[in-house]
Amino acid sequence: MIGNERLAVRKTYKLYLGGAFPRSESGRTYEVTDSKGAFLANAARASRKDARDAVVAARAAFAGWSGATAYNRGQVLYRVAEVMEGRHAQFCEEVAAGEGLSTGKARAAVDAAIDRWVWYAGWTDKLAAVLGSANPVAGPYFDFSLPEPTGVVAVLAPQRSSLLGLVSVLAPVLASGNTAVVVTSKARPLPAVTLGEVLATSDVPGGVVNLLTGDAAELGSWLAEHDDVDAIDLTGAPPGRAMEFEREAAGSIKRVLRPPAEEPDWAGDPGLTRMRAFLETKTVWHPKGF
Amino acid sequence: MTHVLDPDALTAGTPPRREPPTPYADVTRSESAFRAFLHGLPGVDQVGASSRVTMLGTRSIKTTAKAWAIDTAISMVDLTTLEGADTPGKVRSLAAKARRPDPTDPGCPPVAAVCVYGDLAGIAKEALAGTGINVAAVATAFPSGRASLAVKLADVRDAVANGADEIDMVIDRGAFLSGRYLDVFDEIVAVKEACGDAHLKVILETGELVTLDAVRRASWLAMLAGGDFIKTSTGKISPAATLPVCLVMMEAVRDFRAATGRQVGVKPAGGIRTTKDAIKHLVLVNETAGPDWLTPDWFRIGASSLLNDLLLQRQKLRTGHYSGPDHVSVD
Repeated sequence: MIGNERLAVRKTYKLYLGGAFPRSESGRTYEVTDSKGAFLANAARASRKDARDAVVAARAAFAGWSGATAYNRGQVLYRVAEVMEGRHAQFCEEVAAGEGLSTGKARAAVDAAIDRWVWYAGWTDKLAAVLGSANPVAGPYFDFSLPEPTGVVAVLAPQRSSLLGLVSVLAPVLASGNTAVVVTSKARPLPAVTLGEVLATSDVPGGVVNLLTGDAAELGSWLAEHDDVDAIDLTGAPPGRAMEFEREAAGSIKRVLRPPAEEPDWAGDPGLTRMRAFLETKTVWHPKGF
Repeated sequence: MTHVLDPDALTAGTPPRREPPTPYADVTRSESAFRAFLHGLPGVDQVGASSRVTMLGTRSIKTTAKAWAIDTAISMVDLTTLEGADTPGKVRSLAAKARRPDPTDPGCPPVAAVCVYGDLAGIAKEALAGTGINVAAVATAFPSGRASLAVKLADVRDAVANGADEIDMVIDRGAFLSGRYLDVFDEIVAVKEACGDAHLKVILETGELVTLDAVRRASWLAMLAGGDFIKTSTGKISPAATLPVCLVMMEAVRDFRAATGRQVGVKPAGGIRTTKDAIKHLVLVNETAGPDWLTPDWFRIGASSLLNDLLLQRQKLRTGHYSGPDHVSVD
């Protein structure tokens, strides 16, 4: 007798690039396993050309995203947190399987990730007040400084913390008006893939976030050397390669955020460091007294 | 071999029409004979044409071959600006870019020509003096072609007087589509005469011709009438230059040279924006008409944004890392 057990639907995920979900240009995929080595899904393995396309998409999206009002960006990011909340159970399952956490700990990590996103969403229209200033100068000028986004930021996401870590490095880049090209955790990409689906179904314009599943060791150099990338966050760089990436980034004088010696506990207070790292300061001298 | 029984052939009182080259000298003796000739051209297999270009488009052109293709494509570009907002300043800056497309690399070849409206041809000529880069001017009530013959000829003479080396004319698509082929033929002949020494490119505006059969007929018509180049589009209508259309035109110039000994150039224009597209066209030229056409004398690409993409790819090959739009000039 034929059993009526349902066959598993084996999934092959794709990249999230320019608001769409293309396969890798190279056609490559790799197997993603859980913490015990059991098969979870196939993920696309991004190539250098996918990274190039992602930078083009991020550059195209930059004018719109950085030009939106801070208030509007906050609303859009808050909406992302709402959609994440709707996918709560799926995130918990993926984080538990990928990181080998108990259900309770996975739930806590997902809660923290969503709260983190909300926290950054709240920062969009407060950055200028906190990081900007009215400067007393010796002359008849009203002189003030404002933070402005750096541009296209390449992010090598943390390798271990697949959702809370990812949110902790991505949200600060977006909150200040940059666009991002993210290389996800290689071994644990599934929460990032789901986050891509969340972003596609919220109000974030296509190209503002581009998620490349694959190997930071392979893609890091291409992004570090790319003339049209303005900054790079090396948090998830493979051990021993960060210095090399930093040297390559110097060719186009990128801003570089160096990786911590050890992947930190992302549950701690994030502070403003990560937002400040991808901001430029514009100072305006406005004549007065006429 | 005039057929005396053809009633149209006996119309008296009109000046003799300029004859096409042998062996086609008699095909324009009458409207019906010309229609019979053009409609007697073999039909184009549309499905076959698109599968052929798809197959050719998969050719992998890498490393040294790619470097050669990029430099060749740059040297074939007709750098174009055809906007109502064009100014002498814009044309001068375009001319500067035409001479030295990549100022950071003296090894980068100049483009073939700068293509502007007729009134700005003089400015372009002055800015390009002594460089060997041609000035192409669009004329004949570009892009619609809706004006009387007298106005069109005046437009052409004006552009030539301003110093244009090449004239890009548009055919009367209305006449072509309603089957008045001889009117189109006579118009091209008249424009060719008005051109004098300037080269004549005949724009078929294939986006309005609908079928590949019509593209083949229009190509033959333009070549028989004495066009030096046949060009796909004005760039003002979509679709513009597509690969199947280019395939049909390349076949036409190949067959025309085999039959008459006269070589005609081809210029796809509009819609070619990436290096990949440009290289696909070069492959198509080589595989269809042959390497004789792989020079700027016989193949041109009408483009504006394409040049920047070619330069970015060129820089990528030279430096080994990706470049960005900050490293090429904005037109």
